[in-house]
Order: sequence, then C-alpha cells, then structure tokens
Amino acid sequence: MRIGVFVCHCGSNIAARVNCAEVAKAALNFPDVVFATDEVYMCSEPGQESIRKAIVEHRLDGVVVASCSPRMHEVTFRRTVERAGLNRYMVEMANIREHVSWIGHDKDSNTRKAIDLVRIAAAKLRRDKPLTFKTFEVVKKVLVVGGGVAGIQAALDCADAGLDVVLVERKSTIGGRMAQLDKTFPTVDCSTCVLGPKMVDAAQHTRISLMAYSEIEDVSGYVGNFTARIKRKASYVDFSKCTGCGLCTEKCPSKKTFDDFNEGVGTTTAINIPFPQAIPKKAVINPATCLKLTKGKCGACAKVCPTGAINFDMREEIVEERVGAVIAATGYDLFDHSKYEEYGGGKLPDVITSIQYERMLSASGPTGGHVKRPSDGKEPKTVVFVSCVGSRDPAKGRPYCSNFCCMYIAKQSILTKDHIPDSQSYVFYIDIRAPQKGYEEFTRRAQEEYGTRYIRGRVSKIYPEGGKLIVRGADTLLGTQVEVQADLVVLAVGVEPTPGAGKLAEKLRISTDQNGFFMESHPKLRPVETNTAGVFLAGACQGPKDIPASVAQGSAAAGKAISLLARERLEADPQVSHVNPKRCVGCMKCVRVCPFKAIKETTGRDGLPKAEVIEAMCQGCGICSVVCPQGAVQLEHFKDDQILAEVEALCRTWVAKSCE
Amino acid sequence: MSDRISYAYYPGCSQTGSAIDYDMSTREVMRDLGVELNEVPDWTCCGSSPAHAIDGALSAALSARNLEQARTMGAGRLTTPCPSCLANLRTAARKLRAPLFKERVDRLLDEPYQGGVTAKSTLEVLFAEVGPEKVAARVILPLTGLKIVPYYGCLTTRLKEVMQFDSEENPVSMDALLRACGAEVPDFSFKTECCGASLAIPKKDAVVALSGKIMEMARLAGADAVAVACPLCQMNLDLRRGQINRAMGTRNDIPVFYFTQLIGLALGFAPDKLGVGKLCVNPKRVLDRIVRS
Repeated sequence: MRIGVFVCHCGSNIAARVNCAEVAKAALNFPDVVFATDEVYMCSEPGQESIRKAIVEHRLDGVVVASCSPRMHEVTFRRTVERAGLNRYMVEMANIREHVSWIGHDKDSNTRKAIDLVRIAAAKLRRDKPLTFKTFEVVKKVLVVGGGVAGIQAALDCADAGLDVVLVERKSTIGGRMAQLDKTFPTVDCSTCVLGPKMVDAAQHTRISLMAYSEIEDVSGYVGNFTARIKRKASYVDFSKCTGCGLCTEKCPSKKTFDDFNEGVGTTTAINIPFPQAIPKKAVINPATCLKLTKGKCGACAKVCPTGAINFDMREEIVEERVGAVIAATGYDLFDHSKYEEYGGGKLPDVITSIQYERMLSASGPTGGHVKRPSDGKEPKTVVFVSCVGSRDPAKGRPYCSNFCCMYIAKQSILTKDHIPDSQSYVFYIDIRAPQKGYEEFTRRAQEEYGTRYIRGRVSKIYPEGGKLIVRGADTLLGTQVEVQADLVVLAVGVEPTPGAGKLAEKLRISTDQNGFFMESHPKLRPVETNTAGVFLAGACQGPKDIPASVAQGSAAAGKAISLLARERLEADPQVSHVNPKRCVGCMKCVRVCPFKAIKETTGRDGLPKAEVIEAMCQGCGICSVVCPQGAVQLEHFKDDQILAEVEALCRTWVAKSCE
Repeated sequence: MSDRISYAYYPGCSQTGSAIDYDMSTREVMRDLGVELNEVPDWTCCGSSPAHAIDGALSAALSARNLEQARTMGAGRLTTPCPSCLANLRTAARKLRAPLFKERVDRLLDEPYQGGVTAKSTLEVLFAEVGPEKVAARVILPLTGLKIVPYYGCLTTRLKEVMQFDSEENPVSMDALLRACGAEVPDFSFKTECCGASLAIPKKDAVVALSGKIMEMARLAGADAVAVACPLCQMNLDLRRGQINRAMGTRNDIPVFYFTQLIGLALGFAPDKLGVGKLCVNPKRVLDRIVRS
C-alpha cells in the first residue's frame, strides 16, 4: 500500500503550536508512507488540489490528513480523494487542532503528540478497505411537529413544493404562541390578522393533513424512511361531526375550568373552543373538570349538540405515518415566576406575566381588551414592566437572554398608553436589546412618543402596601435606589423549552443543549439541521426566537427537507455492522444492547439461531461489536483489526519511550 | 434515648450582654425540647463585622479557633443563636477548604485547623431537627389569637450558598415554629429586609429609616408582636423604637421578641426565666393575652 500524509497548518491555528514540517518528516518513516508534505490550508482549493495531484503522481492508495476534527472536514477530504479516483473511505484524519494545538501550549510536546496521532491514522489506513454504499428509496412526506407559526410556515413551504405533510399539534388548535398575542412588534399590527390566513392555508392545503390534539408517541426508522406513531388524544368530540358552532360551550355548567389559552386570565368551560379563529374550530372536553366524565352526570353538551358530535366513550388512538423527514417546531414555554419570592412568589394577584397582559390587551381576550387589575378589576394608571424575570439570571438557572422580551415590553408599554391615555409605564431593564430591522427605532418610540420611562436596573423587591404594589429597584445610571408605586406589575418572564422537549428529543434521537433547547448540528453553518439525518429544527424549540426569525427558520427547515426529499433515492452509509454467521453463537447480546433495534434474531442455514443486522436501521454506533463474545459482529471501517492496529501503533511508541 | 440531640453551644458576645435574654430563652427552650447544649469552653468573639472587613484571615482564624474548641470537646456539631456569628463560622469553614487560605489562617493559630465541625443556627436546629410537630406537642399556653410577624433579618438565610437553609427571599421556618405555638402568622413581605445593622453607629438615620419601615410594615400586617432571630435586629427594632417613632412621627408600640422567648412562653415558662423583662417596648399586652387564653 502507498500512503500519503498531508499536514495542515490551518493558518497559525496549528502551525503556531505544532512543528508541521517535522510532523510530515517523521511520517515518512512510518510503514507504507511514501509521501508526506505540509500545507498552509489543506481544505482550501490549492490544498485539496495538492492532495489530488499527489495521489496521481505518487500512485497513492490512501491518504492521511492531519488537520482539524473529522466533524469539520472529513466529508471535504472524502470528496477530494474521490475526485482523484480513490474510494472515499480511503482517507483517515488525525485531529491535530482540537486535540493538540488548541489545548497544549508546549510546541515540542504538541509536535510529538501530533506525530503519534498521524502514526495511529496511518496504521489504521493500512487496514482500510474501499467501501461501497447501497441506495434506498425515500418516502416523499414530511412530519411537522408543532403547529405554531414556525411549524405552519414549514408545512406550507413543504406542501407548496409538492411534498405531502403531516402537521401534528398538541393543542386543539394550531397557531401556537402567536395566536395568543394581541399585536406584534415593530409594526403594531394585529397578530391574528397576519397569522389567521396562514392557519387557514395550512388547514385547506390539499397536501397537508392536519392532526390537532395529537402527540408524537414514538418515531422509528431512519432518514428517508421514518415511521411515526402519533397519538390522537381523546377529545370526546367527533371532529368529523363538530361544526364549531359553540352551542355546547354556552350550555356547559362547569364554568370554572382553567383557561389555558388565556393563561388563567378568566376561566372557561369544560367543553371549550379556545378562540374564535381556532383551526380546526372544534370543541374539546377537558376531562378534569367535565361533570359527566368526573361525576357521571350532566351531558348538557351532548343534549344541545345539533350534529351529535359528543362522544363520552372516546378513547385515544394511535395513527401510524411513514415519512421521509421530520421537522421539530415545538416552540417554547414560559418561566414560572413563583421562583422569584422577592417578587411575591406568584402570590400577589396584581403581579402578572407578560403573556397574561397580552391576553388582557387583546380585544378577543377575556377582558374584551380592557386592562383590569386582577385584584379589584380597576383600571391601572401606573404599570411597571420588569424585564429579565428568568432570563440572564444564573442564580435562577437561567443564564441566557430570552431574545424578544425587550421588544414586547416596548410594544406593551405603547399599547398601555393607547388603552389608558392617562397612564404611565415604567420599564426596569438590564440592557435594551433591539438589534433587528426597525427594532431600535421602535423602543425609542416607546420612550419618546409614548413617554415610557426606562430605568436601568434590576428590581429587588415587590410588595403590597395600601392597595398599591411598591416596586423597589436600582437605578444604576443615577446610582440610587428607586421605588415606584404601581397599580399593576408585568413580569417579562423568560423563555424556556416546552415540558415535553426532552422526551421528544429522545424519540427523535436528537440532542438538547445545556438549557434544554434542541441542539442544532452546527451553531453557524448548520443551524436548522440536527445530528440525526432527516430531522430538522424550526423556531423557538432551538432557542428563544421572535416571529420573523421563527418564520425564516420554518422556511429554512422546509428548504432542507425539500432538498433531501428531492432525490428519489438516498445513499446508505456503508459504515454499519455485519454479523459473521460462522462465528455467531446466537447469544443475542447484540440484539439486547442495540439502541436502534437494528439487529434481529434469525435462523442460520444450520438451523441454529443467529443475529442479523438490518443495515438500513444500523447507525454504526458499534456497541454490538463490543459486546459480542465471539468477535462475530464487526463494524465496517472500525473492525477489530483496524482498532487494534491503532492501539498497537500508539503502544509501540510508548514501549519504545519507556525503554529509553 | 434515641431522640436525645446534643450540640456544642456557642453563645456569641451579644448573648452575654445586650441579648442575654436571647441566650436565656434559647437555653430554656432547648432543654425543654430535649436538645443538650454544651457551651464551648473558652470561646472567643467571632470577630463580628469589623474582623472580616479588615482581614479575612484574622476573621477566619477567630472562627476556626472556636470550631476547634468545639471539636476538642468531642462535638461534631455546633449551634449558635446569632446569625452574624453563624455567618462567620460557616464562611470560615467554607473558605478553609482552600489550602492556600488555610495556610494563612494556620499561621495565626497555635494548632493547625482540622475542621469537621458543622455550625447551624438555633432556628435550624429547632425547625429541622426538633421540628414544629414536637414543639406543638409540648405547648402548654398556646399563643392563640396573637398575630405574630416573623422577621428573619437579612443574614439568617443569606448568603444562600453559605447558610444552605430555608429560602433566602421568603423563609418559612420561623413561621412554622410560631404556628406550632398556636400563633397566627400573616404574610409578611419584609421578612428578610435589612434593619440597618451596625450602621446604627456611623449612620443612625439609615437604621431609623430601615427599621422604621420594617415596624411600619409589621403594623400594616396587623402584628401584635414581632419575632426576631438576630440580636442586632432586635436591638434596632426594640431599643431604638423611641428614635424611630420620633424620626418617623409614629407611635408604634409593637413589642419585639426573640422567637425563642415566644416559644418559651408557649411552652409554659415564666417570662422572667426567658428574660422578657429585658425588652424595651413593653410586652405586657401580649403577655396578658397569653395568660388569659
């Protein structure tokens, strides 16, 4: 075998802390290495060209690239060697940047370690075999999880591109958080008016099948061929018969049900349609407060329903869908401010959350658009907004910025002035974060045209005194303590992942970041992809995001799904496990440990039980080959002899050193 | 005798002078509830605020010595009624985990610090170890009908990572003990406000304003009495009441008890056993109501 070694400087990233020329020189002494060189940027066009040329000129059979992490450029160099006529798996990478130059300071030690890593890579390469891939058909259908604005956008874009879409929504209506908003910044246009038509489009699109009041039970399979089991929750209303007339909600006697859509501002009935523009506009019964379901008597809704849609015996059912790609767009939840005991711990009635205030401002909300203090129903004249409640506060386990609170505070202060002209709003803030188009101007408008007083500092305490709320905080610009006598306090509660995000991540086999948001594949270059092929992200499930950013990401995720499913067939990764039936003793340890259920039990030609890998399901994790007592399961490209060759290459240098 | 609880007892300077009533009531209540207190032999001042304001190592050395004294008497646990002493003891034990700091402190001590003694507040021992249920079971004269506002002061639960007890913003341990004694405990948003502490000496106005606000809020909460857990808070709220009333133009006459005095009263102790006579604002009205019921 003829091996070429290419050592990258990565500008000064590697070269400043590793003697690259020496690494290349040392590599020439390794078995089968016939050519070695170093280059400033191996991944640049001239760098890749030098690899291609060397392969041709020196008749190389394989290549070691000593540069960055394979996560960064393995794909790049596989393509390079392929262009030069080699099999794409005949390239090994030695990570001398992340594992050497970026972490070690001593150049001599670094150089020695880099040489060791190249030695290991070359030793493995000598045992590498060309691998060929198979292709498989894809299902041209996309599953969108979450019917907020990001999910709706993704669904519409995919459907317009000719893909079938299953849009699954946990609640009884799509629309998500945006449907709860009164107005949107920085244009102060009606939220439902812009969202409504999109919701209708999603419902009426011939290629979108809408599954409201449903949740993902589990997802199996792999890119291009996922199988999703979707749970249709028991709504106790036959959606095919319900016309959304609302007669049932008028007659329901259980009127003290927590109003989820209105965030507890006011109450609702046990059978309920969340809001007039709901899509689908269907009633759903809350089994916790329905008298018929809890006590066995009532049934008023069933008596008045003109279409006989009520069905108290309804049970949840599981629906199976085969899809080629999944877009997660599960949105966000809001921080529980009762953790701030200095702000009353959730016990002061006139300390409310920003989303509750939004519902109060909404003309279709529970107060009909009239701002009222929850304690006595009076109109507040002094309203204090407190920013960063559960954001930018490591003491509460929320170190991150929630992204859009600064903007909606400005909007809500403007709307407060519109609703109550003789009112005065105060905003306690840490920084005003308004970096998008038109945002800075908007926050200035709140201050200059609407007279909102901005006080830079945190609030240390909120306590009731004489029918008012005393908001005490710091004014860090004046260097003094301030107290505002408020009628109503609005807490800009931070954004956090939805309660089900962790479970869904497990089902989709994607990871979450330290704050529980879904993790993108690369923070800059692969922002809507995940590390699981065929699963994409849209909206605030990936991190706090406002409406424009969520819509943009919805389209971006759709674009990724469309380009993936534009192909008729996909290439299967050949780095999968195989069972050698001659060595398999049928202990089935591998079947038990496989996290992807990719190994099954079969009967061999000798009539004995054998394990068999379902190639399409195998993700190449290698657990099976580790547990196999016989060495019968081998992972292609990481076979025992290849791993042992690496270990031997490393140990030999250690033995040599310790004998010196 | 499995329910026998034993602690090394570190009174702290205040409890030998201005807050001797806190010491008296603590000892009586603890004995009655089966907590054995063994006074640390030859204990010294914890250094209070001046020591740690001037020299962290000196402050830690004073606390380290007291902890070591407790260890040599065979105690693994120590309790003190004073939050300021406790803060110093716990902060020292925490900081002494760092070898470099320990070296500096050891140079000030005769014997190197060995550690291993945990310091807890009397409030924590009563709440977490004795428990409100046991207190309630031993109550003879319940404080029924009395509205008592619990005032913890700024130090009792802070710093959170040092004290590691109760909520730093809205503690509830004293509430539970007072309720166990039969008292009514209203919501009080000034539980952990600062009383002005030792600013009483350099800047009396600040203390009068801060303590005055606390007493005013207690009045608005409908308090018959205030319960405190800190000798300095008690002094500011009680001894300085005349100054407060003059400065604020108020006539606030709500008595300020140590919470141990109130528990002691409920347990049936005579007021003079608990040092109630030491209070400046006359507690007679409250005492009368306890006896009456």
